[in-house]
Order: sequence, then structure tokens, then C-alpha cells
Amino acid sequence: MTEGSPLDEILRLLGEMNELELEKVDLTLEELRFIFRPLMTVVPPPVKEAVPAKPLSLLEAEFSPFVQEYPGSIAEVTLGATSADGGTRRKVVKIGGETAPPWHFLEGKFPNPPAIAGDVFDMPVPLPGPVRAVLGDAIEDPIKWAKLAVEKFGADLVDIELVSSDPYSKNTPIEESCKLVENILQAVDVPLIVGGSGNPEKDAKLLPKIAEVCEGERVLLSSANLDMWEPVAKAAKQYGHVVLAWTSIDMAQAKELNRRLYEYLPKEQIVIDPTSAPLGYGIEYAFSIMERIRLAALMGDAELQCPMGSATANAWGAREAWLHNPEMGPREYRGPMWETAMALAMLMAGNDLYITLHPAAIRTMKDVIKWLMGEKGEPTFMPWIGVK
Amino acid sequence: MAAKKKIGPLDIYALLPKTNCGKCEPGVCMAFAARLAERTISLEECPPLWEKGQEANLKKLQEMLKPPVKEVKIGDIKVGGQLVVRRHEYRYFNPVPLALTLEDTLSEVDLLKRIKKVEEYGYSYIGKTLRLDMLAPRYVSGDPSKFEATVRKASLTKFPLVLWCTDPGVMEKAVSLVKDRRPLLYAATKENWKEMGELALKYQCPLALYSPFDLKTLKSMAKTMMNWGLQDLLLDPGAGFGEMLKETVNCFTVLRNTAIRGEDPEVGFPLIASVARVWEDGGRKPEELAWEETALATILMVRYADLIILKSEEIWTWLPLIILRENIYTDPRKPVSVEPGMRAIGEVNENSPVMVTSNFALTYFTVASDIENSKVPSYLIVVDTGGLSVESSIAGRKMTAQTIADAIKASNVKEKVKHRKVILPGMAARYKGELEELLGFEWEVMIGPRDSSGIPKFLAEHWK
Repeated sequence: MTEGSPLDEILRLLGEMNELELEKVDLTLEELRFIFRPLMTVVPPPVKEAVPAKPLSLLEAEFSPFVQEYPGSIAEVTLGATSADGGTRRKVVKIGGETAPPWHFLEGKFPNPPAIAGDVFDMPVPLPGPVRAVLGDAIEDPIKWAKLAVEKFGADLVDIELVSSDPYSKNTPIEESCKLVENILQAVDVPLIVGGSGNPEKDAKLLPKIAEVCEGERVLLSSANLDMWEPVAKAAKQYGHVVLAWTSIDMAQAKELNRRLYEYLPKEQIVIDPTSAPLGYGIEYAFSIMERIRLAALMGDAELQCPMGSATANAWGAREAWLHNPEMGPREYRGPMWETAMALAMLMAGNDLYITLHPAAIRTMKDVIKWLMGEKGEPTFMPWIGVK
Repeated sequence: MAAKKKIGPLDIYALLPKTNCGKCEPGVCMAFAARLAERTISLEECPPLWEKGQEANLKKLQEMLKPPVKEVKIGDIKVGGQLVVRRHEYRYFNPVPLALTLEDTLSEVDLLKRIKKVEEYGYSYIGKTLRLDMLAPRYVSGDPSKFEATVRKASLTKFPLVLWCTDPGVMEKAVSLVKDRRPLLYAATKENWKEMGELALKYQCPLALYSPFDLKTLKSMAKTMMNWGLQDLLLDPGAGFGEMLKETVNCFTVLRNTAIRGEDPEVGFPLIASVARVWEDGGRKPEELAWEETALATILMVRYADLIILKSEEIWTWLPLIILRENIYTDPRKPVSVEPGMRAIGEVNENSPVMVTSNFALTYFTVASDIENSKVPSYLIVVDTGGLSVESSIAGRKMTAQTIADAIKASNVKEKVKHRKVILPGMAARYKGELEELLGFEWEVMIGPRDSSGIPKFLAEHWK
């Protein structure tokens, strides 16, 4: 047989197929040593598959990582203002500015570390045991609580939640809420997030007033929603603040709200909060909506090109975080790990700003972010885990 | 390079026998094609496709449906088989198994205690029991007989095994003991890959390739092993916390994207996150290392790990991981909500309590199960909150005094019970006054617990 003849091909096929049915084949090749008869099945002698010699040194392979370019980028949002910009903060916090999906280091830049805010309430609210244990009597005193969050826990910002302003709660007068925010500005030198009670009628009056008394401080007003956005947007524009744009796990809603806010504010004054459902209670929806928002923004959807924020303190809404149940392990570890795990998942989905309760979660997030940003340094969470 | 085109039912239908023979469960070829496209049925279930004459089509279909990240079996557990990088693009398959290490330095008593703990552990979550999945005997003693003894003990369980040992001689003895269990050989390295490759060939076991933070060598090893005829490979690119975290995240990100979107078959294998390695950073307190291990496992669970190897046996570290896994591996297309309306839970009568909750599926199932635990049959009025939890729907004004009042009126519960008391979730306490007004002061609004786990206690104290 000559090399590469048609017969080679036939024999190769025979070898692969075990048996071959040939019908009305006209073969004239003189190399043929056996006779094919029409309508007969020919079983060729088994062709032993040649075992290729196994290479005994590594076959060198070039690894070329898949890299994609993204046409869009995320706006950089500055929270707080120093004296240079008419504020009184020691330093500002910048978030956003990403040009690639979260932590795709080869595809773009991550110029700003995500920031961690400590959650502070203006009145004692029901809090889980592990959180009460680390706060002590600061729960009764928002000023003390804010200082604790910054000085001991290491928070980059303070989120003061004016829950008592709700007419169905204490209905704290607006002047009193404003006074508290001014006092917190005095007590800590980090940027502030100021949250209303979630009552739309009251927030529509309260947040503009907060914006006025905080003029120059570039606070994050929390929040503008689809049913109450205009007063907040107007006030943020007039007094130079940033708005948290809150919608409930729905990308179309997030786009719609931003479209409306854009009539007043540039991207640089908006943080998107697509709602963070707790670990165990819908985190998958929060995770995927964040991934989708971030990807859409990077692919060029201008309506979503703002940094994102997450109330990861919501983790404590899951009973697995706080139930006293020996079968689930000690809650002094389990609770803060619950909040930490939820925040870490959000970090991988592209979130930029965290509102957190437990110092172990704050410290772990700060450590992880530091390392992802390529900085050196030892872990700092240790003193805070397992605090009873 | 473009992202791989998603296979549609029509692409598949073209290659099916198109006889509508009724031998498969969907019955007709088009429906079978649709199920194949959504990966809820396999080619094996179409008998005519395996008959003579269909070889070419079968081969094309197998090639077409082959996931870019290979599916590999360890014991009877499938790992990998991923089609997409992000879950919202389709869904993740084969929930990442959690393996627990069994160091061969453990005393027999401690070893048995550790094994028993894994065997007995289970957490009930929306009708399922969540568990750990595999055992990983680990050779650290330097004494082959100890490793052998550990493997023997582990093999008495039903768990699939990961044999963690880089000494081929010691590995061979171990694998020969459990060769029918299809254990994972963990791991081939730059130094031992020839011997480990021979073992994987000889015993027909899946093989893990370990090349910490060196993807070129990792891919070269995969290429070589594929050349040897080994297909069932897993890749361990290294896992580290602290200053190694950035490179860890980078390796997992780049490997998965290159396998799926870069269509590189030489890295198209399941990824191992061996987070137990954080414990090699000795001299620190166990709870600190357990904390780090859990944090790293969380990060890599949502960043493409297909198998996670843990060392901590603290259940406070297991719980967030098994629940996060359950959440992330759900099908993103499944509905978030249950039908609004009134449900009767248990044998209700005219004195049964009436409670209110949201129509977020998880909230509903949790509340319903807590009512069952209370042993007090109750009516549960499910408000249409657009599939949001109680807390989110109050913040988002989907659950208001008005929507609750409407749901109560629509439920006709007035005809079902003699009393006029309705129990609101504790988080909705602020609606009490307004709701009583909207219901014409006919109903007394009671404030229930903030978390439904408090329902049994609440009913015992307040419902007499």
C-alpha cells in the first residue's frame, strides 16, 4: 500500500467502526488484497489502536487569558468634603471609577477601594445579641455610637438612620433630627450618610432640611425612591449632596429612577441601591441584580453607570445570624460571620459602599479590600471576632 | 473572541430523529429539544438516537451540548459542568461540594468524632436538608500507615473521597484500597505529575492538578494529561488569604473566563478551592483561622469554585457556606413569589388566629413552617408584595396599611372566623393604627414577633 492512498482512508474507517456495510461498491484499486463482495458484511481484523508514546516532559502550553474591553465605566462619586471644598471632614471618601467587572484585574482599573459605613440609629431599635454585645450602652446614644463606629471599629463613614422621625414611631420633629445630624458632624470627622425613616411624606420634608443644614458637607441622602425622589434630588442639587437611589431588586426600576434623577443630578452625585436581601433570604437576587447592573453599565448603559451601595446589615434579618441555638454553633461567631459572608458576596458582585453593624464585619471587609487593592498588611479583624 | 453562542432548541431539533416516537418523557422531539436546551434532560433518554445510523448526529449533539467546563464525577457526585460564567446568564449546575479534611495525625478517637460530626450534620432549609458532601483524608504525618488507616476509616462512610497526598507511592496504596469509590487524586504537581498521571490511568480516577498561582504550568499539566488520555481533571490554582488574596481571585476569575468565554478546552475543568490551606499559616488562634477560611470560601464560592476543601469543623463556619451555596445555585429563572391570597395552615376552625405575611417565596415558606411548629392551626393572609420580603416591602411601600387592608377584605376571612383579631408581622407594627382605621375599627390589630421563629411563643402567650 502506498502512503495516503484512498485505501488508507477506508482501512482507517474500518478500524474505527468495527464493521462496515458496503453496498454496490466498485473497487478497482490493485492494492486490494481481499475481495469485497456486494451485500456482504466484512469484518476486518481488529486494528489495534496505536498507543501514542506518552510525553515524559510537560508539553509547554502558553496561557493566554481571556480579556475583554469594556466601552463604559463607572462614575467616581465623592462623599464628604474637606475644608478645601467648603466642608469640615478630615478626608473625603471616593467610590466607583471601575472600568471592568469586579476584580477582573487584567481588564481594567479599580481606582477606589469600596468603603464601609457603620450603621447608627437615632433611637434604640431591636438589635441581635452579638451586636448589642459590642455596642453596649452606645445603643442609647447615637453620638457615642457614631464615635465607636469610627474610632474603634474603623468605619470609613457613619450612616445615621433617623428612624424615630417616622410619624408612626416617635415622630421626632425635623429640627430635632437636624440637630442630631449636626452634632454627629461635630463628633466624627468622616463623611456621613443620612437616612430618613422610610415614611415618604415625612422624608420628603425631612431630607431637604437635612440637605440644607449639611450644606457643603456632601452627605449621602438616603434615599430617593420611585415614589419620592424629586424633593431629595432638588435638595441634593441645591446643596451639593449625593443621593442614594433605592429600588427593589428590579433593574428596570433602577434605570427608571436614575432617568428621573439625571434631570437634576449628574452620575457623580448618585449611588444605586438595588436592595440587598439577606444571606439565606434572597441574597441570590441581590447578587445577580448587582452583577447585571454593573455589566450593563460597563457595556455602555449610561443609566446605570453609578457606584452601588448595599445595606449588608440586613444580614441580621436572617434568623441564622442571631438565633440562640447550640445546634447552629455559638452566635458570637456565627452572627458576625453571617454579616461578613453577605458583604463578601456583594463585594464580588460589584458593590462599592457597605452599611454594616458588627465590627468584625467592618474589619474583615477593610482587610479584604486592602488586599484586593494590592496593599500589604496584617489582618485586623481578630480582636472583634467572638466578642461576647 | 466572542462569547459562545447559546444553543437553542432549533439547533438541537435539527439533529434529533424527528419521529415523535414517544419513547422519551416529553414525548415529541421538539419538546425534547427544548428540554435539552435548558439542560433538564439528557441525550441518553432518546433511545432512537443511540441506534445505528444516528452516530453522526449523536456525535454532533454531544459536541454541541458539551459544557465548556467539563463535568467530572468524584464518587457519585458530579462537579463542574458549567455553561456560563455568571449565574444570571443561565444558571450554575452541580452545587459546589464541600469536602472536610481528615488529617492523618488525628488520634483515632478524634478522627471518628470528626467523621461522625460530618455524617450527623444537617440543616433544614426550605424543605431540604443541607449537608457537607465529601471527606478528604490528608497525608501530613509522614507515616504512610497512618494515611492508610485514615483512608480506611473514611471509606467506611458513604461519602465520596478526596485523597490529599502528593507522594505517589503513598497514594497508590491508598487508592488501591478505595479504587471502586472513584476517589479524587489530589494532587498532581509539577514534581510528581508523571507518577500521579499513571495512577489516574491505572485506577481510572479523576485527577486534580495543583500549580499554585502559576497558570502556565497548570495549563501545561492539563495539556499533557489530556495527551495521555486523561479527561477527568480538576484544576487547583492555589487559594490564599491575606496578601495572596488578590492573586487567588485573579486566578479563579481568569481561568473560568478563559475556559468559557475564551473557549480554551485546556483549562475547561472544574476548579478546586482548597481553602483549608489557610491553616498552614500556623501560630494563630483556631477561631481566627476558621474565620479566614470561611471568608475565603465565601469569596471563592461566588467566584467559580466547583469543589471546596475545608478544615474547620465548627458548625458556625459551615452554616453560612451551605446556605450561600443553596442560594447561589438556585435557578435564577425560578419564581420569587407565591400566589397572594389566604391559606389555611393545619386544621383551622372559626377560632383560629389570622396572620399576615408577604408573598416572597422564602418568607412564605418560613412563616408557614413556623406556624406548623406552633401546632396552632392558623389562617395566613399572603399580601402581594411583588415577591419582596416583609422588611423590603415595607421599605419599598409594597406592604402598606392599604395593601394589607385590601388583602384582608379580599380574603373573606370574616366568613371563616368568629373573632376579629389579625396579627401583623412585628416589622409592620407601624401600620397598626392606620390599618384599624381602614378596617372600620371592626378588627383589633395585634403585633406579632419581628421574626416568625417567635410565632409559637407568641401564640402560646397571646392566643388563648
